[in-house]
Formats: sequence, C-alpha cells, structure tokens
Amino acid sequence: MREAVATLVGDGDTVVIEGFTHLICFAAGHEIIRQRRRDLTLCRLTPDLIYDQMIAAGCARKLVFSWAGNPGAGSLHAFRRAVEGTGGAALELEEYSHFGMVGRLCAGAARLPFWPMRNYMGTDLPAANPRIATIECPYTGERLATVPALNPDVTIVHAQRADAQGNTQIWGLLGVQKEAAFAARRVIVVVEELVDERVIRADPNRTLIPGLIVDAVVVEPWGAHPSYAQGYYDRDNPFYVDWEPISRDEAALAAYLNEYVYGVADRAEYVARCGGLERLGADARVCAGVNYGY
Amino acid sequence: MGIEAAYSPAEMMTAVAARELRDGEVVFVGIGLPNLACNLARATHAPNLVLIYESGAVGAVPERLPVSIGDPSLVTGSLMVCGMADVFQSFLQNGRMEVGFLGGAQIDRFGNINTTVVGEYGRPAVRLPGSGGAAEIAIHAKRTVVISRLSRRAFPERVDFITSPGHVARGGTRRQLGMPGAGPVKVVTDKAILEADDATGELVLAALYPGVEAGEVCAGIGWTLRCRPGLKQVDPPSTAELALLREVLDPHRLYLKG
Repeated sequence: MREAVATLVGDGDTVVIEGFTHLICFAAGHEIIRQRRRDLTLCRLTPDLIYDQMIAAGCARKLVFSWAGNPGAGSLHAFRRAVEGTGGAALELEEYSHFGMVGRLCAGAARLPFWPMRNYMGTDLPAANPRIATIECPYTGERLATVPALNPDVTIVHAQRADAQGNTQIWGLLGVQKEAAFAARRVIVVVEELVDERVIRADPNRTLIPGLIVDAVVVEPWGAHPSYAQGYYDRDNPFYVDWEPISRDEAALAAYLNEYVYGVADRAEYVARCGGLERLGADARVCAGVNYGY
Repeated sequence: MGIEAAYSPAEMMTAVAARELRDGEVVFVGIGLPNLACNLARATHAPNLVLIYESGAVGAVPERLPVSIGDPSLVTGSLMVCGMADVFQSFLQNGRMEVGFLGGAQIDRFGNINTTVVGEYGRPAVRLPGSGGAAEIAIHAKRTVVISRLSRRAFPERVDFITSPGHVARGGTRRQLGMPGAGPVKVVTDKAILEADDATGELVLAALYPGVEAGEVCAGIGWTLRCRPGLKQVDPPSTAELALLREVLDPHRLYLKG
C-alpha cells in the first residue's frame, strides 16, 4: 500500500475512493493521510468517515459529493466545521445528488464530456452548482439536465478478491466502482484476498474490473474496516456510532488520527491496535454456483 | 390489555406510513422509519411489496434491522443486486418506482424539502448532508410519502433551500417543470396526516391521530394550515402491528425510541 500510494497518488490529484457503505477502502485513506498528501480534490457519493478523517488531516482542498453524513449515526463534523467556518482549513464544495454523481462517472467511464438526465428541475441544486447545466434534446426537444464527466487522476476500489493482474471480483453491493475505475487515469485495487487466475476464470461474470485497467493490486485484509466486505466481515456499526463524539471534538479527532493512523505503520498494525477484528467475521451463506459449460 | 393505549409517536408514524403501501407495489426504501414501515407492511397487509434500496438491493428481505442503507443483510436473499447506475437509470428514471419515502430538516407549504443547508448556501448556519438520492426520488417516484415530526422549525412557510421539489417548486409547478412523478401526496407527522390539495398543491390537514386537536397540529406548522372538510380520524397501531414492531422488527428500539 505504501508503494502504491507513493507512486500513484500525488499532491493536487483528483481522487475517488468509492464504495457505497460496502467496501470503502479505509486502508488507502489512512495511507494517504500518513503520506501527508495535500490539496486533493476528494470525490465520493458519500464522503463517509474516511473523507471526514482526510479532511481533518488536511489532505483535501475540495470535496465533490452528494451525501455527507454519518449514516444512521450523525454528522461528519470535520466536514461541517470546514463548511460552517467553525474550524479547520477552508474546503471548496461541488455538490450533486447521487444520480448526478453516478452520471458524472458514467460519462467519465465512456469518455464523453457530459451525461444527460431528467433531473434537478424545481430544485436549488443548479443554482448552488453551476456545473449542473441543461441541454435541448436534438430528437425530442426536451430540456434535459446535464452533469460534466468526472475523470479522476486515481480511483481506489476495495474488493473481495483479485488475481495478480488485477482482475477483480466483487459481490454484494456494487455501488459505482465499475464506472469509477473505468473513468480514472490510474486504478488501485485493494483486496481481501489474492487468488489464482484460475479462480477468476472459473466465474468470469463476477469480475467487475478487468486487470487491463488496473495499475496496482494491494492485498490488505480488513482493509475496509469499519466498512465491510460481504462474505468476509460485517460492518462495524458501533464504530460509526462512536465516531460521532470523536468527530465532534477536534482534539479527540486529532488524538484518534495519532493513535490509529499516524501511530501505526500499516494496516496490520491498525488491526492489532483495534484488538483484532475477528468478532466481525462473516457467517457462511455460500451460493451454489452455475454451470459455464457449453 | 393497555397495549393499545401505550404506543410512542414513532410507532404511530411507522404504522401510518406502512398503511400507505399497497400489496405488490415497488418501494424505494429509505433508512430509519421508512425502512421499518416497509418491513411492517411486508409482514402484514403487503407480503408482495418489492423493496428497492438505493444501494442496489432489489427485492430485499433483510433478516435484521438495517442500520444503514447499505447493510449487508439487504443483499443476502434478495432478488437482484445491481450497481447504482442501474438503480437511478433503469429503475428510477425508467419510472419503475411507485412509492418513495422522504424526510428532511425542513418541509414547506408546497411540500418542498430541504436536506442541504439551514441559512445561506455559501455560509450555512447548519450544513445538512445534502440530497443523496432524494432530489431524483422526489422528481421520479410515482408518489412520495414524507415522514417528519411537527415543529415550526421543521415546517416553515418556505424552505431555505429546495433539495427535493414539492408541488410548487423553484420556477413553477411540477407539470410546468416536466416532473414525471406526482410528488409528496402525504406527509406523515407525529400528530396528523397532511395531504396535498389537488388544486393548489398546498399541504392541508387531512386526518388527526387519536386524542389530537387540530390546534396542536397548527401550532407545529409555520404557515396558516388549512383543514380538509370532514377531518378523518386515524386508527392507532393495532396490537399485532405493535407486537411486530417491538418484538421482531426493532427489538432494540433503534428507531422506535422516541
């Protein structure tokens, strides 16, 4: 991970670490914080705790997003302090809805300049974000909303497994990882498990990201904690609840970063500092598989 | 007995929201009370309800109470798991979502919802999470049901920011602006049900919960609330609904505490 971030994530980059609740790569976020990257444009539908931590650590110049909260538990307070002007460095915002962010990545993946959608009429979102525009459909004359393509310098995706070439298989919630990877100039895949190419070839429909667009494969068990990896470990819901008072207090947040990010060399040390995470291990609900014969 | 008399506002709101759903409908489910309401409906009068979560789980049958919209229990046993591009384009924009649930910090006279900022956008007094999928759900779902507790702060005459458009939004009516869905047809509160007036799109008082006077409802609304002629009375949660909510759906009272 150290090498992947050192070589593929630079100061000033536009960075996407995707994963909708599922497979959020905290391990990569922590490494970016440890390497003290600066002036990043951080993009995610749901910034979640990982971007709250990266904002608090001073990595971000700008946030591009559609829902900035701590799901079911409260707020992202480092984000709020920056936006409400009550602490931390200033943070530029570029705000969409989920559909808008999805459309931006679809356009990016297709290498189109924009994506059309029937959306935003009657809302104040286009006034808040002038990059949300409209276009007249050349076929029907209908006025449609458009969002600009998002082509990140680097996309980081966490996954259950990949082979050494980066052929990456994901199951459970898929979010926008496929689009985010195809939209990016560089792709880092972080996996729970490295598998032989034969495992990938045995079930090709499960491959979401092909190795031919992947620049680095990092093996990092528990790398999504406190997010989760279906079939490997559950979401650490109490962690999200406990984040609320930590995030609310700048000193407590700094102490957290010192202990769990700056204070550990890598993910293995993080897992040890958490006292191990085996309590979150997944139950077995294995599917039967299909016949690929012909 | 006594169980009928003793129920919380959250239990009442959940039961009322569940009754808004018809068997076989396709519902875009939000987390919290909407999720409870959908699963209560599925366990009672609407066993064939199809639950779709914005995280991509279609036909989800969660065995535990999902605490987030992306809980792994939404995946296990579902009919389909798709990416979010499919959720918003092939389901929502396609017109497949029959009911959507919405909530928000502010709801105004015409059902516009604010989940973005309190105060000025550029320098907010309170920064809220933002749209998520709410803007497009409000635009596309065939109808939406809003769930919110009454207070003058939550129901101002005009919202500070329109995140999710109601019946008369920025620039005109839904029809003038070309929105496919019917918008917020009902607002389920902790004291009463508000409905959109067909002619004007304004939210009006339609039904009262047991023991509530119209004046109490008006006290929690920031505009002069008009009443439908012949106000209806809403039935309290049944013994069966309460037992399901307390013993099966939310035994740890994660969402039903208040």
